[in-house]
Amino acid sequence: MALAAIVLVPVIGSLAGLLIGSRNARMGVLVLASLLHLALVSGLWVRETPAGLGPIALMDPLGQLVLTVVSAVFLATSIYLVQYRHLTPPRTTRTFLVPLLLLSLAAMSAVCMARHLALLWVSSGGLTLSVAPLVFLQRGRRSLEAAWKYLMLSCVGVAIALLGIFLVAIAANAQPARESAASPLQLDELLLRAHAGRMDVAWLRAGFICMLVGFGTKVGLAPMHTWKPDTYAEAPVPVAALMATALANCALLCVLRGYQVCVAAGEGEFAGRLLLVLGLTSIGVAAAFMAFQTDARRLLAYSGVEHVGVIALGVGIGGRACFGALLHLVGHSLAKLVLFFAVGNVAYAYRTRSILDITGVLRRMPLSGVLLVCGFTATVGFPPFSIFVSELTIVAAAVSARQNLVAVLALALLSLAFIGVIANALAMAHGDDPRGGDAPPERESRLLVVPGYVLLVLLAAIGVHLPSALGDALIRAAAVLGG
Amino acid sequence: MSTLADSLLVLAVFVGLYMLASGDLPAVIRATAVQGAALSLVPLVVEGLDAHAVAIAGVALAIKVFVLPALLFAAVRRAGVVRDIEPLVGYGSSVVLGGLVIAASFVLAAPLKVPGGEMPSLLVPSAFSTVLLGLVLIVTRTKALTQVAGFIVLENGVYIFGVPLIRDVPILVELGILLDAIVAVFIMGIVIHHISRAFDHIDTHVMTALRD
Repeated sequence: MALAAIVLVPVIGSLAGLLIGSRNARMGVLVLASLLHLALVSGLWVRETPAGLGPIALMDPLGQLVLTVVSAVFLATSIYLVQYRHLTPPRTTRTFLVPLLLLSLAAMSAVCMARHLALLWVSSGGLTLSVAPLVFLQRGRRSLEAAWKYLMLSCVGVAIALLGIFLVAIAANAQPARESAASPLQLDELLLRAHAGRMDVAWLRAGFICMLVGFGTKVGLAPMHTWKPDTYAEAPVPVAALMATALANCALLCVLRGYQVCVAAGEGEFAGRLLLVLGLTSIGVAAAFMAFQTDARRLLAYSGVEHVGVIALGVGIGGRACFGALLHLVGHSLAKLVLFFAVGNVAYAYRTRSILDITGVLRRMPLSGVLLVCGFTATVGFPPFSIFVSELTIVAAAVSARQNLVAVLALALLSLAFIGVIANALAMAHGDDPRGGDAPPERESRLLVVPGYVLLVLLAAIGVHLPSALGDALIRAAAVLGG
Repeated sequence: MSTLADSLLVLAVFVGLYMLASGDLPAVIRATAVQGAALSLVPLVVEGLDAHAVAIAGVALAIKVFVLPALLFAAVRRAGVVRDIEPLVGYGSSVVLGGLVIAASFVLAAPLKVPGGEMPSLLVPSAFSTVLLGLVLIVTRTKALTQVAGFIVLENGVYIFGVPLIRDVPILVELGILLDAIVAVFIMGIVIHHISRAFDHIDTHVMTALRD
């Protein structure tokens, strides 16, 4: 029942949002539904594992971890949206915003608890489609172009992912089924057959490659990342923030489900190597584009490419690095949200997203300025924030797994990314206020900065001392991936 | 029996090639319908006339032959475009490209034999061909609508790979997959509508404001 409620609450909220005429009431529904969702998800940690919904839905440690991050991120974003909607033209808060956001939350919850690859795929496709209309809420030429690229690329990606799922299922049919005859699309049945060595390796490999390319397009791993900068820059800030964190995590989970099957079938090394290569490519491409970036939101998008790359790299290295990758997933979600909120505030006040025109943020907007600087230092892996710990764990695991070349490459590329991000961050934070030297600081709305500060404190707390409950959860989730 | 299924698959691949050679949007849309019809019948031929296969084939037929083309024709009317002139790659060259892609599919399919069951021998190569032809169509054409048609061809190719799994896929899941395609094409139609209003055209290669 608990699992059904987690999907149903946002669905009901979405319907309510459609029926309610008043904008404020719709916002109330959004915040209420996301609060309730987080409460239900937190309940999963306290009580015993709830019963699954037949063979199609069940919580495993990995799904539960991602779902918790998704739920927390969604709540923070909806609180931010309450005030942010006053900053944008009324178009952006049209009737569909709240219902579609809640629909995407329902789809993400379904992705996290899916134990049937078809359900995983259908909810992941539904997720893409529920978010696509939000990208072009503003109807400008630029957002239309971004929406078209997003729609076309992710629909093609999702179709290729389905191909991958079919190929994996065909691989599992290599030997005639026993009398149980559970569907080979069911994750548990797949894992069972994989463990028993009843998978056809050629089909499995082809299937994983298709799943990696397809879902990887949604994750935004290079070289399938091209839609990401456009979409993150043109979509409304809260939507972009959700896409960069919650949606990317769900897509990653889909890739990891394929990886899980490969590990069970003894093909973990093959799949891991692919993840590793894509991960390093992503970090490299992002580092190259971040150094000369002039658009603050595109900078965030490339930083997103870098960090999903780090996660893929961690999973690819395997062992202890899996733990690091999952910790990185948590840390990156929090840090990226802080940055989107800060950049959203700053870009609104300066009426531009160009890094060249945004100067003196610390003086003009002290509250958002601190968020901006801390957010950027957190993303590049400065202590005390948890990204420092996770990146260190991944690199250390690479060294102890005797993958020295990988460790060196990763460190070099991460340093390049570091330089690109920090140079841009400092340029924005310092310098002269374009309004003139004596202008007083702007008044900043509390609701626009408080969510960011809460996330930042959380991020630092995890970095300084990993709570044992979270540590256990990460270890159990990493164990799912053979780490 | 297997020959009939193979003929349907070959027909689907040839329709894909025809789409590469054509710049007439209504013809391209009708071609997706023909291809969809041919492929919807494959499960019936392979599995025989049992209830499950008939249900799946019926739903697929209705959606691929009527719903999706209707959505595309509606988009054509609203955008007022009927020809995809000025493709990035000429029609002749894209057919040659299509031929190469089909050859590549046979190479790709060589190590992959469908385990169990008696499947048409051309199933794997034709599925790969259709998927890749769809991709070629998306990449080489400039009109947003032709790209949507390419997406439908791609989906058709994926559908072929669903045939060996027909016993393992519940009808509800099949419906979900087809519904997803409908909603995708529907939303693409809406975006195309807004694009044609904002830009006075639906040429995706002119939309280049966003770049690094």
